[in-house]
Amino acid sequence: MFENLQDRLDSAFKNLKGQGKITDLNIATTVKEIRRALVDADVNYKIAKEFTDKIKDKALGEKVINAVSPGQLMVKIVSDELTELMGGNVEDINIKGNPAVILISGLQGSGKTTFSGKLANHLKSKMKRSPLLVACDVYRPAAIDQLKVLGEQINVEVYSEVESKNPVQIALNAIAYAKSKGNNVVIVDTAGRLAIDEQMMDEIARVKEAIQPQETLFVVDSMTGQDAVNTAKAFNDKINFDGVVLTKLDGDTRGGAALSIKYIVDKPIKFVSRGEKLDTLDVFYPERMAQRILGMGDIVSFVEKAQENFDEKEAARLQKKIVKNQFDFDDFLGQLNQIRKMGNIKDLLGMIPGMGKAMKDIDIDEGAFKKIEAMIFSMTPIERANPDLLNGSRKNRIAKGSGSDIKDVNQFIKQFEEMKKMMKKMSTMAPGGKMKMPFK
Amino acid sequence: MSVFKKWFGKKDKTDEEVKEEVEQLQQGLEKTKQGIFSRISKAIAGKSSVDIEFLDELEEILITSDVSLSTTIKIIDRLEARVAVDKYINANQLNNILYNEISTLLEENNTKDIDSFSIPNEAKKPYVIMVVGVNGVGKTTTIGKLAYQYKKQGYNVILGASDTFRAAAVDQLTIWSERVNVPIVKQSMGSDPAAVAFDAVQSAVAKGADVVIIDTAGRLHNKIGLMDELSKIKRVMSKVIPDAPHEVLLVLDATTGQNALEQAKHFSAATQVTALAITKLDGTAKGGVVLSIADEFKIPVKYIGLGEQMEQLQVFNRRAFVETLFN
Repeated sequence: MFENLQDRLDSAFKNLKGQGKITDLNIATTVKEIRRALVDADVNYKIAKEFTDKIKDKALGEKVINAVSPGQLMVKIVSDELTELMGGNVEDINIKGNPAVILISGLQGSGKTTFSGKLANHLKSKMKRSPLLVACDVYRPAAIDQLKVLGEQINVEVYSEVESKNPVQIALNAIAYAKSKGNNVVIVDTAGRLAIDEQMMDEIARVKEAIQPQETLFVVDSMTGQDAVNTAKAFNDKINFDGVVLTKLDGDTRGGAALSIKYIVDKPIKFVSRGEKLDTLDVFYPERMAQRILGMGDIVSFVEKAQENFDEKEAARLQKKIVKNQFDFDDFLGQLNQIRKMGNIKDLLGMIPGMGKAMKDIDIDEGAFKKIEAMIFSMTPIERANPDLLNGSRKNRIAKGSGSDIKDVNQFIKQFEEMKKMMKKMSTMAPGGKMKMPFK
Repeated sequence: MSVFKKWFGKKDKTDEEVKEEVEQLQQGLEKTKQGIFSRISKAIAGKSSVDIEFLDELEEILITSDVSLSTTIKIIDRLEARVAVDKYINANQLNNILYNEISTLLEENNTKDIDSFSIPNEAKKPYVIMVVGVNGVGKTTTIGKLAYQYKKQGYNVILGASDTFRAAAVDQLTIWSERVNVPIVKQSMGSDPAAVAFDAVQSAVAKGADVVIIDTAGRLHNKIGLMDELSKIKRVMSKVIPDAPHEVLLVLDATTGQNALEQAKHFSAATQVTALAITKLDGTAKGGVVLSIADEFKIPVKYIGLGEQMEQLQVFNRRAFVETLFN
């Protein structure tokens, strides 16, 4: 997990305690830290510089209130500014017109085809439209097949011309076809192209000119680095797109490219895409994105992740067992696996605002979980279900079986019993409490 | 330009001033495309030593090439140390020092240049290469190109289509196998990728092939389940040949920023990556994050991808890479 910006700022601000105001002198380190955080998040170097200069102007003269740490105050200023910058002129996708034509553009591998499928699905299921997908990537092997497979999955027709190498003509034919078939949205997927490939850039400009789309979208990988500004600018200069789509946000990138692009072309981010399933298309939340770029924890994502992996029935069953003091090693193992499914534990905890700092110095050893797992696996099924059975000779066997020391086994069992007690206490204190996480 | 108005609005700037600032920014971005060496010459013209301005400039060049902050600082520190020893230095000498410092960084981390597309002499056959990476970096294309190069060198190559997940991935690899004219081992979409890998390696043994290249589905490195699957694919291959795969190639997209470091970290943890391929270096992206990866993880870069055509894959050359970083 990345270092939390607020922690950095708090330490940078230590020298500010007792000083009444933010001044040019005492803010210098802080500004530098913010700039570093932005650059670490892949925000373009120049933009990070400009942005922090503005922040500095804004913060100068602000009173340092005792209740709020200067770090918190700065973070608030930064995150507000960032949210505002990224949120300005939010617009929905334009699907007026019959058929409305949407042109999809972007670099190779940015996720255009998957996004096209998602968009078609979104328009069909949420907006009750009848979309037609058009395969204009005549270059990459099996690109047409890929779109066809996606179309089948969501039951949307895909228009393609296998023999043709002329995307302009294919797109025009597709629109005529849509009219005859009564499709009211046409989504034109195009080949990935580099911004400096003049021939290919001319091609997409010609496609746009010919089909006069209501909406032109630029699809960009959220992991993109410093080059995002060059690419976005080149595409915008050439085809003057209407909006941006950020893909692969289910990864752990901080996504600073979103800020760079917004800053350089000032076009709204219309969708974010997170996942390979076709129903994982989201609208864009500037605030979440701002916090993500700043590495400030993303409680919404954490909750979503937890929900994704949360099994209601299982939780109710466990709850009962905990109250009856019957929580056993099998349940414990199940819980461990559930947490594991959600991802790296340190990363997960880092998503909780404020936890980043608490977690920083604790090195969670994922290997420790393996060790515990090995111990549980070395128990017989009867032992797992009846923790009280474990006597000296059984413990000895478990230690041997799991390749650990008898004192490790003892310690684990002791912790397990303590945890059990604590969980019982907690569950009786807060009835119906969900998501018990059995780590100390 | 509403954003800029909002941005600069507080001080009531005129539209013209706003426009000017935007232009400046854009020009600045233009500048990042210029070669570093000419910029260095300008930066130190008429000066007898390296000053802050120059170091700032250098920092900017490195960071805008996606070199990480910590590696950038390392390079600058080294440069400062060198310059402290020889005080009076001209642009040419400075260029050389800088060039040397950066290539040393690559060298120290065992990025040895290989000469050609050949499997190590001592390698047992078949030589098994497993290709991994996040979605959309160009794994399948790289495999097609690799197969072409190996075949050109006279090796018998077999491809294994273990990306059974992404729509039409098997078709894509099949087209490559036809283009290059090498056999492919595949099953239907949705089948077990580990089973396909197993079959491919086994078939390579049976046919006495020299090289087998296994494609895998793109996956984001923070998805534990998918990463476990990758470890399994790798494990299963070792059931056919105990030390297979002999090479685990992580494909990185040159346009990727700092997240590439996380990718290297997690893919290494899951599959013990032995080499990197950097794709899409024919664009404006410099792929500078590779310096940081070499620095932090000691994984050598082996190949670079420079286009969509079959022959547009090259073996990594340190000197050429450092030069493109600066040109």
